[in-house]
Amino acid sequence: MGRGTSFKRSAGILAALSAVYLLLVFIVPDQYYQLMLTLVAIWAVMGISWNVLSGYSGLVSFGHAAFFGLGAYTVALSLLHFGLTPWIGIPLAGVVGAIAGVLVGLPTFRLRGHYFALAMLAYPLALLYVFEWLGYQEVALPMHRENPAAFMQFSDGRIYSVIALVLLIVAILISRWIETTRFGMALLAIKQNELAAEAAGIETRKWKLKAIAISGAIAGAIGGFYAVILIVVTPASVFSMLTSAQALIMALFGGIGTVWGPVIGAAILIPLSETLHAELGNVLPGIQGVVFGVAIVLVILLAPEGIFWKVRDLLGRDDKDQKPGDVETVFSDPGELIERPEIMSGRTILEVRDLSKNFGGLKALQNVSFKVPEGAVVGIIGPNGAGKTTLFNLLNGFVTPSTGEVTLEGQNLIGLQPSGVCKLGVGRTFQVARPFARLSVLDNVLVGAYVRADDDETAFRHAREALALVGMEADADRPAGGLPSKEQRLMELARALAGKPKILFLDEILAGLGSSEINDVIVVLRKLTESGITILIIEHTMQAMLRLADHFIVLDHGALLGEGKPRDMMRDPKVIEAYLGKRWRERA
Amino acid sequence: MSDNLILLENFLQALAAGLMVGCLYGLMCTGLGMIFGIMRVINFAQGDLMMLGMYAAWYLFTGFGVLAFLGPYAGPVIAAMLAGPILYVVGYFMHQFLVSRVTGVSVASSDNQGHYAQLILTLGIALILQNGGLILFGSEPNSIRTPMSSSAWEVGPLVGEWVSVFLNKARLVGAVVSILVALGLYAFVTRTRLGKALRASADNVVAAQYMGINVDRAHRIAFGIGTAITAVAGGLVAMYYPFQPYVGIEFVIVMYAGVVLGGLGSITGAFWGGMTIGLVQQLSTLILPIQLQNTAIFVVFLLVIFFRPQGLFGNSVERV
Repeated sequence: MGRGTSFKRSAGILAALSAVYLLLVFIVPDQYYQLMLTLVAIWAVMGISWNVLSGYSGLVSFGHAAFFGLGAYTVALSLLHFGLTPWIGIPLAGVVGAIAGVLVGLPTFRLRGHYFALAMLAYPLALLYVFEWLGYQEVALPMHRENPAAFMQFSDGRIYSVIALVLLIVAILISRWIETTRFGMALLAIKQNELAAEAAGIETRKWKLKAIAISGAIAGAIGGFYAVILIVVTPASVFSMLTSAQALIMALFGGIGTVWGPVIGAAILIPLSETLHAELGNVLPGIQGVVFGVAIVLVILLAPEGIFWKVRDLLGRDDKDQKPGDVETVFSDPGELIERPEIMSGRTILEVRDLSKNFGGLKALQNVSFKVPEGAVVGIIGPNGAGKTTLFNLLNGFVTPSTGEVTLEGQNLIGLQPSGVCKLGVGRTFQVARPFARLSVLDNVLVGAYVRADDDETAFRHAREALALVGMEADADRPAGGLPSKEQRLMELARALAGKPKILFLDEILAGLGSSEINDVIVVLRKLTESGITILIIEHTMQAMLRLADHFIVLDHGALLGEGKPRDMMRDPKVIEAYLGKRWRERA
Repeated sequence: MSDNLILLENFLQALAAGLMVGCLYGLMCTGLGMIFGIMRVINFAQGDLMMLGMYAAWYLFTGFGVLAFLGPYAGPVIAAMLAGPILYVVGYFMHQFLVSRVTGVSVASSDNQGHYAQLILTLGIALILQNGGLILFGSEPNSIRTPMSSSAWEVGPLVGEWVSVFLNKARLVGAVVSILVALGLYAFVTRTRLGKALRASADNVVAAQYMGINVDRAHRIAFGIGTAITAVAGGLVAMYYPFQPYVGIEFVIVMYAGVVLGGLGSITGAFWGGMTIGLVQQLSTLILPIQLQNTAIFVVFLLVIFFRPQGLFGNSVERV
């Protein structure tokens, strides 16, 4: 796996880009172009700030101007009132941005989707009016001619470009660090499916708050630097809609969710819009905004994830067609049903007492009690609407029960977040497989491995072991997006296994597979059960259930209809009636 | 006049202003309600389309002088009404060529039903309209100035010879027209065959297709009508409110606050939601400095989406 080499490669790219940038700074003819280069770096940083929150986690922010503007005013006002140099003011602006990020995030992360985006929009606009009301319509940074360097006031524009470059490098390094660690994995998992991420043991709220704090800090710091460049700060220039939009546009145009996206976006769009503004600004005063608007409309219609990914997809088209690893050889034919070796210790691992859940008037589950012995494979069966998935959702913390108790090895699970339940040793797969399409199979599994691993190395080992368990070592480096459905299911299984769970909940893991594929997955599952892991499984395919489970729990209309040996259950008239209808009972 | 009476007069004045402004906000919210509330399409450019409506009305009334002969009362009202059909065409084609690429059947099964793509696409359109507007119309604030704008009807005195409420003529005329247009829209959507087809296609794309409705066309028409209604509201607002190409952003927040407050999917709800926002805005001037009027709206907006995302008047809960 090329994690180390890819980091070295990006360090090389970074060094080369910095060299080109510096070269440009020193050969461009005048201050105007130096300023343009400075602005490229500033908006690249702003795009990176947006990307850290919205690109990685998928929570689209329309309000990054709030952090940017607070940073700008922090530098301007601290210089004006306290004579504080921007050398300290800019880091301080970063701190202010981080605090603002957390304060905004705490309430706003309760919202999802477009409500989050719209709520974010309101913060900078509200701040704009507050700063006007406070009398800061125009704050000029006082000149300190006696010691300009100490107050970041240079007559040579190139120095500003160099400072901007340093800030950009810092932002790129932060962003790369997030991308390559479990931080980035957690954010990506949130972007794909927040519930699945929680179930994989990721404390989504904590990571989102960290992301918005770092994002706010970057935006605050660069806003502070922007104030130094602008010299005069007005609410409209730093809190405006266009500021938020520009942050988003840099990242989205260049490429969302990658550190290079905002850099590419700024390198193309800023010179373009600045040049047009300089050439045509007198006749066409809003030309910059039009350029940004057209850019973003084109990107959404033609390359919805930005130039970076479009180019990569075009270049990488050949890779996608590569032959899948030959999985079939891994499987032996299951043949006749063999009795599982007796490995149960006789201890109870999971105990459910009197579990009920009402949704309004609907009783989704009523007074369900059962015990799961360690090492058992328990099949939960019942007709549609019997409450099977509700039971799983209650057990792993997505839904809080109305009454009842659930304990895992004597520890209470009720009231824990799904990530907390996962940490105690509960793994889960979902009815609908949600792979992280752009990541490799190994990275997909890695997301699940971080629950029980303190460092990256252990996580990698766990992920590889999990892939071996499901027979997919050969596919480790394939992109997950191109996997056929069986491999996707197995990968999801591996993701759950990578967290080293004591008990595994499988929600219709065979759904949508053909019969030979079902066989292959069953072979994998049977191998797992021999290793002693406890499994709870929901499945519609009765054939498969009979071959897997050594105990059935039958649910109907939210109530426990019966439990026992699969063969006994299948002969129970009550069960047959509930499952197959009256007609079948008469035949049986 | 005693302090209490002054207080009462101020309160009644703010209340009356709130009701009048609320009707106008209510109308613009019903326009967005067609698009966001019913079709669940996020149109960030709604405020900027309204800005176009304001300019359309302004040009009709002053620029070409076509409507000046109608006099200072009927002229601006007719101009505002005519902004509707003009913006209907704009909305219709904007949907056909741009918005339909990220809405409807094609994205029904994708993540977030394409909401991010809609947000960002319409953000781009908003930027183009705002800044294109700056190029075309200039940055000077305009308004449709008539004698109505600066004169008022006096109601009262209510207590002895004191406590009079002054109703700005432009606002009152605008409010009355708003109510009539909103009622007309309501009748259209609930009574006519086309209106029912529009609601059906908004409600369930697939089922509507099976019923033989041309869903794409229905969506274009609904988008056009939503745009037109908001544009009429814009034309009416322009009678008392100075505007420039960036005016849209102020109102887009008002509209989303109103539509969410009124409950998604309900046209009447959207009207009452807008009315509430108007009242909050005007009554807030009793306790807040005038510059913070809009901040009050943003705070209300945030409170609404935090605590009642299903709206005050709606019960259709949208769980994300």
